[in-house]
Amino acid sequence: MKVVLKHLTKQFPGPNKKTPGTIAVNDFDFEIPDGKLVGLLGPSGCGKSTTLNLISGLETPTSGQVFFGDDDMTKVPVENRGVGLVFQNYALYPHLTVEENIIFPLQNLKGEQKLTKEQMKEKALEVAKLVQIEKYMERKPKALSGGQQQRVAIARALVKMPKVLLLDEPLSNLDARLRLQTREELRRIQKETGITTIFVTHDQEEAMSICDLMVVMKAGIVNQIGRPQDIYDDPINLFVAQFLGTPPINVFTGRVENGKVIVNGDDVFDAPGVPDQDIYLAVRPEGFIPNGTRFRYMRERREIMGRDVSIIFTHENALNPNNRAIVSAEENIPEQPGEAFFDLKPAKTFLFSRETEERIRF
Amino acid sequence: MKNSNLKPWLYLLPAIIFLVLFMVYPLVDVFIYSAEEEYNSASQTYSGIGTYNFSYVLHAPFFLQALKNTFILVIITVPLSTGIALLISLGLNSITKLKDFFQTTFFLPYVTNTLAVGLVFMILFKKTAYSEGMINLLINAFGGKSVDFIDGPYWAKMFVLCFYTIWIVLPFKILILTSALASVNQDYYNAAKVDGTGRFRIFTKITLPMISPMLFYLVITGFIGAFKAYSDSVALFGTDLNAAGMNTIVGYVYDMLYGDSGGYPSYASAAAVILFAIVLTITCINLMVSKKHVHYT
Repeated sequence: MKVVLKHLTKQFPGPNKKTPGTIAVNDFDFEIPDGKLVGLLGPSGCGKSTTLNLISGLETPTSGQVFFGDDDMTKVPVENRGVGLVFQNYALYPHLTVEENIIFPLQNLKGEQKLTKEQMKEKALEVAKLVQIEKYMERKPKALSGGQQQRVAIARALVKMPKVLLLDEPLSNLDARLRLQTREELRRIQKETGITTIFVTHDQEEAMSICDLMVVMKAGIVNQIGRPQDIYDDPINLFVAQFLGTPPINVFTGRVENGKVIVNGDDVFDAPGVPDQDIYLAVRPEGFIPNGTRFRYMRERREIMGRDVSIIFTHENALNPNNRAIVSAEENIPEQPGEAFFDLKPAKTFLFSRETEERIRF
Repeated sequence: MKNSNLKPWLYLLPAIIFLVLFMVYPLVDVFIYSAEEEYNSASQTYSGIGTYNFSYVLHAPFFLQALKNTFILVIITVPLSTGIALLISLGLNSITKLKDFFQTTFFLPYVTNTLAVGLVFMILFKKTAYSEGMINLLINAFGGKSVDFIDGPYWAKMFVLCFYTIWIVLPFKILILTSALASVNQDYYNAAKVDGTGRFRIFTKITLPMISPMLFYLVITGFIGAFKAYSDSVALFGTDLNAAGMNTIVGYVYDMLYGDSGGYPSYASAAAVILFAIVLTITCINLMVSKKHVHYT
């Protein structure tokens, strides 16, 4: 089932009549293709959870529409939308066993859809097997680990075969190791069921690793939509460039003059055809060629991590005190601090207008 | 090693001294008194040890009346007050306008003196030669006959006592239940809503189990409190409760000690021990029932 959001806007009322409300989601316009795994990504407070709630129906939009397939769902109450929702804290009913939790949505079915006890148990076992939790059916949620609780929450959301599966920060309560494992699981479950899945996260690595499509949001506004790698390789503004990628992108202030990027007096990069203006020069950590000639920097130290070497360096024009370049371990990088030069890889180097922070293409 | 063992006891000493002196010793003493037959408090002598005190108390018509009154009071007021408090709390929890106003209003009885409330109830219910009382005026307006609630038939007096007790215990229960309801994570309700759960099912399957520890606490303390009722009865019917037929077990204990027929600490102790046994039994039953229905998270 594809999900279409048309000019979706949500404004929360202010504390009193004089103060204007907060616009949590501003003119969200997007079509989520059928059967895809889509990540809503952004820093906290950017409106991604609100967007999820607008899709689920827990919130009603101030304006705009939500479609599932060709059906307008905007006015349909949450219980009739047929969505499965996994909460950040899982919201498993603590007084019910795993099986009772999974069956709970089925017991709400009325009329023709009504199932017998055996059918319910059968269905519950089916999804429990899918998320590999069938061994713990008799346990209470308290007796499960975070990862297992998460699976139960997913099973509960899946059991009634929702048209759309929504996940709110599904991995944030798990430790690093479990997170890796669970995100692969999520991907597998989504592939096996083929249910259109939308999940919210503030962790760009998580989003990049499993999404078919990624939506980067900031302050209620959609900044960029696309395949994770495409967004990473081709960010449309400074925010998106900075938000994606670990270690983060290195940003320097500079100026374009006569088709050359001047940083701290040095001509560091060619930007043919770009009008003269103040700019941000942003370089991915893997965008530096060591032992170059144009980009002068102060090496602080090097960190050898197996096949890579990180060069931690400072620069007068850098936005952050510490910058990081990642190069192959085969390169000969001196250990002691000192001045040296990089060259910049064009594909990993972006220019952004200082004024608008929009990408300058050339 | 020895030092570290002594230290905690030293810290506990002040509390232990007071507890032993004013709690444990009197408690033990009550049991001893209750077994001492023909105890004379002036000469501090007794004729023997046995169960006569209990048999006397259990055959005393005033005690049996008090026992009956107390049981009726408990059986009526505990479930009703808890149920009404739950309904009011649910209502309070689901409104936003005037919520604070209503919360304050419902809490007022809690800060009002029992005797003052008793006085107000007298004005509402008492029928004198000169006035009928508010409630009777209302009954008359609907075409009923006046009833003397304070000096009249037993059921009328019992009705007033129960009404009064419920009214007096409501605020505390509402306070506890509203905060219990407010502390239930909204995500549970949202999760249930997404799954299309009906309102009644949400209430029975989610709300009730979630607040069950608090409900249980209220039922237990409610039972104990109702069994210990005395001042409410005094506030409504005066100190001569036996004459009014509205005595309670604690009232009987008091009468045996200090009342006009008083001076019998042995009988008072026996009655107190019987009350203790009743409360203990009821609480144990409560605990057993709760094992199945109360969910601690």
